[in-house]
Amino acid sequence: MRYAETGYNLEIDLTRGNIERVETDPKLAELHLGGLGTNAKILWDRVPPEVEPFSPDNLLIFSAGLLTGTPAPGANRTIVSTISPQTKLMAYSMMGGFWAPELKHAGYDKVILRGKSPELVYLWINNDKVELRDASHLQGKGTLETAELIRQELKEPNAQVASIGLAGENRVFFASIEQGRSSCSRLGIGGVMGDKRLKAIAVRGTKDVNIARPADFIEHCNDVLSYVKIREKNPLGMVPPILAGLGSPQEMKIHDEEWHTTNFAWGNARHRRKDFWTKEVEQSWKETQESARERFLSCYNCPMKCGASVSYPGVSKYMMKCYSKLTYTMASMSDLDFGFRIAGPAQEYGVDGFTTPQTIAFALELYEAGILTDQDMPGMPSDTEGRFFWLLDRIVRREGIGDILADGTYWAAERIGKGAEAFAHNNIKKHEQLPLKLGMMNPLYFLMYCTGEKINITQIEGQFPQAPFASKEETEDFLKDWIQVPDEKFKQYFRDWENRGDHSIPHYPTVEMSCEIVDWMEKMHYIDDATGMCAGLSSFPLKPAYHMHNWATILSAATGIDLDEAGLSQIAKRNRTLIRAFNVRRGLRRGDERPPEDHWKKRFPELEAKLLDEYYKFKGWNNQGIPTKTSLHELAMDYVSEDLEQRGII
Amino acid sequence: MMSKVKKKVKVIKIDVDKCNGCRACEIICASFHAAPKYSSNNPARARIRLIRDPVRDVFVPVYAGEYTASECMGRDKYVIDGKEYDECGFCRASCPSRDVFKEPDSGLPLKCDMCEDDPSLKEPMCVQWCLAEALTYEEREEEVEEDVMLGDMELGLKSLVDKHGLQQLVESVARMSQKS
Ligand code: SF4
Ligand code: SF4
Ligand code: SF4
Repeated sequence: MRYAETGYNLEIDLTRGNIERVETDPKLAELHLGGLGTNAKILWDRVPPEVEPFSPDNLLIFSAGLLTGTPAPGANRTIVSTISPQTKLMAYSMMGGFWAPELKHAGYDKVILRGKSPELVYLWINNDKVELRDASHLQGKGTLETAELIRQELKEPNAQVASIGLAGENRVFFASIEQGRSSCSRLGIGGVMGDKRLKAIAVRGTKDVNIARPADFIEHCNDVLSYVKIREKNPLGMVPPILAGLGSPQEMKIHDEEWHTTNFAWGNARHRRKDFWTKEVEQSWKETQESARERFLSCYNCPMKCGASVSYPGVSKYMMKCYSKLTYTMASMSDLDFGFRIAGPAQEYGVDGFTTPQTIAFALELYEAGILTDQDMPGMPSDTEGRFFWLLDRIVRREGIGDILADGTYWAAERIGKGAEAFAHNNIKKHEQLPLKLGMMNPLYFLMYCTGEKINITQIEGQFPQAPFASKEETEDFLKDWIQVPDEKFKQYFRDWENRGDHSIPHYPTVEMSCEIVDWMEKMHYIDDATGMCAGLSSFPLKPAYHMHNWATILSAATGIDLDEAGLSQIAKRNRTLIRAFNVRRGLRRGDERPPEDHWKKRFPELEAKLLDEYYKFKGWNNQGIPTKTSLHELAMDYVSEDLEQRGII
Repeated sequence: MMSKVKKKVKVIKIDVDKCNGCRACEIICASFHAAPKYSSNNPARARIRLIRDPVRDVFVPVYAGEYTASECMGRDKYVIDGKEYDECGFCRASCPSRDVFKEPDSGLPLKCDMCEDDPSLKEPMCVQWCLAEALTYEEREEEVEEDVMLGDMELGLKSLVDKHGLQQLVESVARMSQKS
């Protein structure tokens, strides 16, 4: 019997309409766990570097995590992996909600899609019955609308549906895959789905997911729940409210947006508005939010409630979580009311809530600078909000200027020319970043921004506080029950960290400490992405429920695999290194590992070079960020070094 | 003649306004009732079912009640505070008209047993796992007429009798016992 995993993948050839159920090798769970880890292995084995994102040979993999569908609270992630049309590197994006658990219960760990369907279709997985169905009547339909229509026509209210909207159908480079209140948004995965002419995947499952050591396992689950209860009652007092609890940032609950609105940049990631948050704004935003929110929503088997249904005058009902209420608001220099009004339609179109507003703000800046003119924007309204709606519409339809903007700021700037490149200023590896513009270079963040394979800071940070606390008392208070540290020394690192003086950024944490801290933070994410755990209970918040000391035993109890902390660390490192190798094979090098030039005002080229040198060494990579033969050998991935050697890369 | 006895009445209070739709109640119920306990998870086997439709803001956890051989003559559909609920949306029956509260493989009816266990639990599992406190538990004592309760096996058998007739069931059991 297979535990935690089902042991089967679905292989779908969209070109031929062929569907196969394939048993997987149990060894793979021991080496990579599952989820992102095994996705990476499949992509490494089957997608050579010549394959373009929009090629039938590109794979699109929908995966559950190893623990998804077990009672482990929060283990509900769907991990989608492919090649990104925007970066041309591996794209992976995780969504919560209910889709992957249903897939597990249908009897599969992954759906691996290849080829390209001649017509628009959707995939219907109902336990053992799997079929491709005509989706021509769903063409152009919104993501939520599509899900509703599919449930109705299948007469399956319990089917879980992941779908794309117009943006995906039109291969927008930042199209998302949506599923109720959750989405795989980053890096254009929805565009790849659209390129394959796959409108949606609906799934319904009623089978068991087995647990190897049930009594042990449930005890761990109960411990997690007890801990969540304690953390809910005792938010951390030393950080802003948005960072004080577990879960994704509690954007639907918290009104106090001082931290985001005064720290993050507005417009095209340009302006800090340090005095934005006034009593009046607070009052008015509070009212807007209370009137918008209908009900808090959780993901499958999670005690947190990070999302909410939004019922807003003039907008069809939709669901939202996290920070997207602010991305449109701030990019347009407008109001929260606008944020709620545009996020609904944007979700129906299926676009990334980070890249989209930034791309629109970028276009409007180009227009103000005279680089884009009325000729490029015929009929554009005169007010900013109207312009946002107008450009959003052009982009998802790829009409006129929208066709260029639909490739994201990097590629759009290249096509527009005339100095537009300078306006695409907030990218790493061609991908739009959070709109943050700060003063002093921070060594931890420098490393995370440069080297994160997800190219998205929220998918690598967590665990270690973002800055020293204001007082010694707060620090000691925080340290006293910080059980999540992998090693006691991390407490000292934090204790000694100061806002000013010798022990402050950029030189403290030291290069060596920075390597260790970043490695820990990143490791947690790699565990989550392989197990299907929500980062909100594990890798993202301070003092999470899952950590380096309980993960291995939880996984052992669920799977029966003999695993300890060191073994788990090794697996996380293997998965991380494999993705690095995959991207290296596609051309990624040290030169690409740079934060946006203007991310920090004060930069330290020598220190930054040293940070990268040492971090690469720490990771077992050479000076170009390429995994070495020795480290690949230690990770039982000689097949990777052979391939890299044959290609003359190492 | 039935005699009066003291009976513990177990009540799970369901506050639908507090439900966030996480389905933890289904998951823990299914896991708790797996044999051996917690050895598998499958919400389709749960004795509680969340009727969930965020678009209509419908979130109703429903407990599996009695098995019924035939569906009602008509259907009901509640509208409360302007919100329309599903047909039979509050009904607890394991009923031929729908596929809830039936074992997915055998189709045998499922019924909430309030997590009867030895030693008995302080609270039913679904209540324990509902951190949103949409489900809360209360007990009280009442005097009732003594009644004969059907156990799990009798309940299953009863549904088989309804489906195939008593005669056929008896014959099948006889055949099976000869083979083994
Ligand atoms: S913590 Fe929030 S986002 Fe994560 S699984 Fe729970 S409800 Fe979903
Ligand atoms: S556990 Fe509670 S909040 Fe979650 S679905 Fe069940 S009743 Fe609703
Ligand atoms: S009380 Fe027990 S048996 Fe009944 S639904 Fe809840 S968990 Fe299931």
